[in-house]
Amino acid sequence: MPEVQIRKVATQIEEIFHEFGPAPDTPLLRGVVLAVIANPFANGYVADIQPFMEDLKPLGLSMARRLLSDLGGDAARIEGYGKGAIIGTAGELEHGALWHAPGGYSMREVLGAPKAIVPSTKKVGRAGARLDVPITHVNASYVRSHFDSIEVGLNDAPRANELCYILAMTTGPRVHSRCGGLLAEDITGEDGLR
Amino acid sequence: MSAEIRKIAVWVEETHLEMNRTIAPPTRKAVAVAVIANPFAGQYVEDLAPLMDIGAELGALLGERCVKALGIAPAQAESYGKAAMVGENGELEHAAAILHPKLGAPLRTAVEKGAALVPSSKKMGGPGQDLDVPLGHKDAAYVRSHFDGVEVRLNDAPRPNEIMVAVAVTDSGRPLPRVGGLTHADATGKDGLR
Repeated sequence: MPEVQIRKVATQIEEIFHEFGPAPDTPLLRGVVLAVIANPFANGYVADIQPFMEDLKPLGLSMARRLLSDLGGDAARIEGYGKGAIIGTAGELEHGALWHAPGGYSMREVLGAPKAIVPSTKKVGRAGARLDVPITHVNASYVRSHFDSIEVGLNDAPRANELCYILAMTTGPRVHSRCGGLLAEDITGEDGLR
Repeated sequence: MSAEIRKIAVWVEETHLEMNRTIAPPTRKAVAVAVIANPFAGQYVEDLAPLMDIGAELGALLGERCVKALGIAPAQAESYGKAAMVGENGELEHAAAILHPKLGAPLRTAVEKGAALVPSSKKMGGPGQDLDVPLGHKDAAYVRSHFDGVEVRLNDAPRPNEIMVAVAVTDSGRPLPRVGGLTHADATGKDGLR
């Protein structure tokens, strides 16, 4: 079972007061946490990679807890989430998919088991590559006001033999959302969709 | 005139491992960025005093945000830096007005002491462009282990009529310093140089 070897951890918290429209009473917070770890499967095809998902769970949990804390610590305030992965060039897209279970599990664990699927994206990239991490509502994926994304990246990661795993959370809708659709206050929140 | 802030973003970066050597405790850098309206966009204004006042306001705000993000006492800050990127309807001199006359004093309060010059950089730029904030030891500019920089970027700023102002604070130097020179331990920190 490969050990999770962390080289860097980074966080970014944005506090958005307005985007040239009426400022909400409470600024929108959007946050991401990134971990840069060694890719145990770099430089060669490895068939059985699934055990690594279990190894990643403690990392996911510590990232989710740290992000929640940086966003104020109140799980009830988190309304949107997402996750992503950038795989260094000596790795394979499939290595990014290893993040699905531990990344999603950790946020659900920390946020009190929200219902919606955690949207995600992944790509192979060089150091400095930017990833647009998709965001949707934590309990109902169709809530239109909460569709968003956060761009993240680190100038020196991922190196070829590394993986960069990302979690993202927000405290509300786009700052001036007004495109209609399902509203957060109208969701039933049972099936994760509406 | 006080700053009309559209967003604040805070970035924290920790290095736990470099060249397979464990960095314990990890080196840590924080950068806080404010995206503000440029009150003088699109026009030549002779008296830039209002931007100097905004610099003072942001020196305190962003310095405090960095220290808070690092979770340290102000005296534990070891290096700092500042930078600004002016949107295309502004003028490089606007960055100078924010950064140089008044930003330093409140920043020094936020990091307790700060005998050394605050290293700086400035440029014109647009959304998604990199801003490299130089870093130097806060009390003794010749401390060689603390010469460094940190990159920040926001995909949506600065817009043409905005200015992005960044302050960086660390609680450490480079992860594996070994090019000699004055050390943190040997600095007296009285004249700002040694």
